[in-house]
Amino acid sequence: MGRALAIIVWLLTLASVVLFFSGWWFPTTITEHGPRIDQQFLITIIVVGIAFVAAQVGLGWMVWRYSANSQNKDERALYTHGNNRLEVIWTVVTAIIFISLAVMGQRVWAQLHFSDAPAGSPQVEVVAQQFVWNMHYPGPDGKLGRTDPSLIKEDENNFIGLDDKDPNAKDDMTAATLVVPVNRPVELILRSKDVTHSFWVPQLRFKQDLVPGMQIHVHFTPTKVGQFQLACAELCGMNHYKMKGTLLVLPEDQYSAVMALPQAEFQAKVATFASGYDVGALYDEHGTKIGNSY
Amino acid sequence: MADELSGHEGHEAVHRHEPPKSFIRKYIFSLDHKVIGVQYLTLALVAVFVGMILSVLMRMNLTWPDTTWPIIGAIKPESYLSLLTIHGTIMVFFVLTTAPQGGFGNYFLPIQIGADDMAFPVLNMLSFWVTFVGFVVLIMSFFVQEGAPIGGWTAYPPLSAIPSAGPGQGAGMNLWIISIAIFCVGSLLGALNFITTLINMRAKGLSLMRMPLTCWAWFTTAVLALLAFPVLLAAGVLLYLDRNAATSFFVPAGLYIKDVVLTEHAGGSPILWQHLFWFFGHPEVYIAILPGMGATSHILSTFARKPVFGYRAMVFAIFAIGLLGFFVWGHHMFISGMSPYSAMAFSILTLSIGVPSAVKTFNWLGTLWGGKIRFTTPMLFAIGFVSLFVAGGITGLVLGQTSLDLPMHDTYFVLGHFHLVMGVAAIFGMFAGIYFWFPKMFGRMMSERLGRIHFWITFVGVYSIFIPMHIMGIVGMPRRYSQFAENGQQIYGFLASLHPLVLFVTVAAIVTFFTQFIFLFNLLWSLFKGKKAGDNPWEATTLEWATTSPPPHDNFFGVPPVVYRGAYEYSVPGAPQDYIMQTTPDPADESQVSAQQGSKGNGHDGHKH
Amino acid sequence: MSTEAARADQLVAGEWSGGKHPYRIGHRKLGMWLFIVSDSLTFSALLIGYGYVRYSSDQWPTPFPFSPSIIFSTIMTLCLLSSSLTMVMGVSASARGDVKAIRKWLLLTIMFGVAFLVLHLIEWNHLIGEGLRPFSLPEEWLHRWPNASPLFGATFFAITGLHMFHVFTGAIYLGIVAARANKLKHEDVEISGLYWHFVDLVWMFVFPMIYLLSIDFKG
Ligand code: HEA
Ligand code: HEA
Ligand code: CUA
Ligand SMILES: [Cu+2]
Repeated sequence: MGRALAIIVWLLTLASVVLFFSGWWFPTTITEHGPRIDQQFLITIIVVGIAFVAAQVGLGWMVWRYSANSQNKDERALYTHGNNRLEVIWTVVTAIIFISLAVMGQRVWAQLHFSDAPAGSPQVEVVAQQFVWNMHYPGPDGKLGRTDPSLIKEDENNFIGLDDKDPNAKDDMTAATLVVPVNRPVELILRSKDVTHSFWVPQLRFKQDLVPGMQIHVHFTPTKVGQFQLACAELCGMNHYKMKGTLLVLPEDQYSAVMALPQAEFQAKVATFASGYDVGALYDEHGTKIGNSY
Repeated sequence: MADELSGHEGHEAVHRHEPPKSFIRKYIFSLDHKVIGVQYLTLALVAVFVGMILSVLMRMNLTWPDTTWPIIGAIKPESYLSLLTIHGTIMVFFVLTTAPQGGFGNYFLPIQIGADDMAFPVLNMLSFWVTFVGFVVLIMSFFVQEGAPIGGWTAYPPLSAIPSAGPGQGAGMNLWIISIAIFCVGSLLGALNFITTLINMRAKGLSLMRMPLTCWAWFTTAVLALLAFPVLLAAGVLLYLDRNAATSFFVPAGLYIKDVVLTEHAGGSPILWQHLFWFFGHPEVYIAILPGMGATSHILSTFARKPVFGYRAMVFAIFAIGLLGFFVWGHHMFISGMSPYSAMAFSILTLSIGVPSAVKTFNWLGTLWGGKIRFTTPMLFAIGFVSLFVAGGITGLVLGQTSLDLPMHDTYFVLGHFHLVMGVAAIFGMFAGIYFWFPKMFGRMMSERLGRIHFWITFVGVYSIFIPMHIMGIVGMPRRYSQFAENGQQIYGFLASLHPLVLFVTVAAIVTFFTQFIFLFNLLWSLFKGKKAGDNPWEATTLEWATTSPPPHDNFFGVPPVVYRGAYEYSVPGAPQDYIMQTTPDPADESQVSAQQGSKGNGHDGHKH
Repeated sequence: MSTEAARADQLVAGEWSGGKHPYRIGHRKLGMWLFIVSDSLTFSALLIGYGYVRYSSDQWPTPFPFSPSIIFSTIMTLCLLSSSLTMVMGVSASARGDVKAIRKWLLLTIMFGVAFLVLHLIEWNHLIGEGLRPFSLPEEWLHRWPNASPLFGATFFAITGLHMFHVFTGAIYLGIVAARANKLKHEDVEISGLYWHFVDLVWMFVFPMIYLLSIDFKG
């Protein structure tokens, strides 16, 4: 029995490890900080993977080696209550490993959250509502117009309650697609109209809840051009599963072209540009296809 | 508080109280901790099967969306979310907070400390019936208009605070809150009872460091429950007020839901709920697993025929886990909009909690090392516990890092993590417990052959269900999605490659589900037809084995046992057998005392009268 | 039996070695202590929640003028403080076994408690009359504090309400203890005292946090 159990434990361990190397992995990242998250993930998976394998191999070995059987019926087990030195050593060693992991894991976090976006970065306000994403662009004046929930008129396409009497709002554009330039830090202002949602594009390696009543500023720098799917990652109601949006990272020339347009032409132009990029495919900063993110 | 609440205080050693005669007093409104323990276990058993059926329905919908099934019909997105919410709630509250603590703890804590009952038998009965009412209220939510709530077991407002935010968020959500509030009260009463019993009612000679590790685990669990549940209770009351008295603790101004601006709410914070919920929620997951850890230590030592390796370290580790458990709740909220600075502090504390967990793992391996392992079914499940706990625990080290939680939060990676630790390691602790203590509880052995079949399939099955979920999470599959394809069309392109895994997981889940009927059959069959068990079928050392199987109404025939040694004296060199019971006096000490007093103790081990 | 017990005593000496009540208190007293610990966490959760919403609001009304509100609530505080004093007297009477004195002091305690409740209800009534609701502020306040959070009413009623409920149940509890004083043990009277002192202690947090932090210095 002991041997059977050992073999099963080892086989399950092996299968788990194989599964982790079977090719299913993150979609390729398209942000500056992404590779560092991937690297930290890989380091962590290797460290904990070694612990996992060591523990399972050890467990299997114990049950293989120390099972009671007809030959050793008359012997007794080792009588010991522990070994202080050993216990101190393994406590200290694990403490060092785990705390180092925690400290290493903070670096990207700090870079993303402890600094503001550089002045002059393009700003987009992301307004989530049950099952739709709305993007609000400041337009050429660089200022986001005032919004007010009581002005929301969904049948007139004013999903975010933009106040058209506010001078700053005159040149604002809205769209369902999030359009950002490549290779420049972009700042998003995240908020929600109704319940909590979460902004998530796997390729960005970035996730942030959109909490009603709060405006959360975040920033990142995309490094690849292309069209990617935006998913909602916080349970927000029955159609949470299809609260899909689009992130469109454009080369600088296309970006500045589209951002100069007034609302009426803006949406059509975004759609035209988007159709030039396959969903999930990667393009370099000139718009040449260089691969696929998954 | 009336006198009857603690009728057992200050009893005389030889005083025996008669068991009640009427059926109702004996089996329904019983004050006997053993009956109450069995009641808790029965409740958990019913609940776990309901929860499993819900999980299989979820898997079916995820794998074959838009299908119209016989009998149940099509599973709509909102029905999926109801299944999810009730699955999570049942499993966390009514399975993992009842059986390991209320069930086994109730039955065996008093016996293992040599007491004749809990400190407050009436309170004990109340705890169970209150919990039972909570369960009924929860199940009722399926049958009200619009059905059960869809907010998940974490019930984040405003989704949970605004009835119009979704189907099921009306009457169903109210019932959910009431059910949880009732559950909190039941757990509080239980916790208070456990702590008092353990502190005040230990038998002579049972010093703290001689207690079985199970007692330490139940004790720490009770402390956690005593401190965590009141906070959930307060949060639940506030949420209820927000919904029904138009207050705004968790609801900010200017919400626009279903084409209307909600003018009656202003000033609240959705994140406040998350803080209160997780301040309870994280200790809760340790409430779920600590008893399993205790049972595992107990059983590993028994069947390895070795003392627990590093008993003292085990005790400190349990306490360290319990204590640190109160300071890490923020790791569920890294991306919630909470201050990113506090996230860092929570992250460091979170990874520190891995240290006592690893210490426990090492000590379990140390206990097996050099043993003479007997592979009984309970032992198989205890070993399975160690394997699964490591598998699930180490991914906590991934999630606990702030920057890695960015991609991983709310994906199937989290599901993989917590199902391995909670969904199966803690459940394996229960399985180990039931196979181990069944002979004591019912006087009959469970079938070893069926037990082994149950173990092999379940062990491989749960690995097959939950390890692939990590991969899904890495690829990017978000949790709480009712389906990933609609009208034959994949909704998210980046998830398309996962279909074979999804199918595999579902098949594994269905096989594992049906395997549980082998367990159920074994349980019921053994109850009536099992081989008769002696008083100490496993040749174990602790006090529950020093009385009859099942124990009499007052556990020790009115003669409180006296304890002479630590809990795990196996394979002591020179001893006549390979185990020495806690009630066996020391021969050396024996002669010394008889020399002093000129009389030899009768050395009875508790049940031979 | 007794020799075995004696032997076990020799083996492990000390309060925690089993067979004893290590804190030298019975089950019920220990149970009450534990209840107090857990109940204080309920109150802490509410008070911390209150601090959280107050801190994160743009503006919080400070509507309590010295007269009458603060004077009123100070009298209420004095009522509770005196009730703790009479409770102490009751417990010490119980230590002497003087049933009559127990009843006298407990009734006094209850009276102070009831006085507190009555004053508190007058206060509630006054605020409700002004227009304060769990979900909204009086018109007049909105003129003075235009951005004030409506959570003032919610936190005020929830926290003081829960506390009032504790005083109310405490008064009934003491009533039962007083009625059965001739049958109860000294410890039972002590336990009721523990509960009563706890309820007073909670007020010593509620009073400054709810009232003193919201004094209207202009009023
Ligand atoms: C029983 C339940 C249980 C247990 C024990 C744990 C244990 C841990 N959990 Fe888990 N967790 C949950 C249940 C549990 N968790 C649940 C239910 C959720 C999701 C809730 C929800 O959102 O619905 C969750 C979510 C969750 C998150 C949030 C994820 C997210 O939503 O983004 C995080 C993040 O830090 C986390 C971390 C941890 C950590 C660090 C531990 C640690 O305690 C783990 C410690 C264990 C180890 C570290 C293994 C020890 C062994 C070794 C290391 C072997 C070494 C040996 C050799 C080298 C030979 N958990
Ligand atoms: C104890 C906790 C527990 C357990 C056992 C399980 C068991 C299972 N869970 Fe679940 N699950 C949760 C806790 C648990 N789960 C939680 C908290 C959530 C999150 C909810 C939310 O998001 O809000 C969740 C969510 C969840 C999802 C959600 C997906 C989504 O987010 O969209 C899925 C989907 O596949 C799933 C699957 C399963 C399966 C297939 C099983 C099982 O079928 C696996 C097989 C089961 C067993 C092997 C156990 C058998 C046990 C016994 C027979 C007990 C014996 C009794 C005694 C000894 C008394 N679970
Ligand atoms: Cu929006 Cu989920
Ligand atoms: Cu946690």
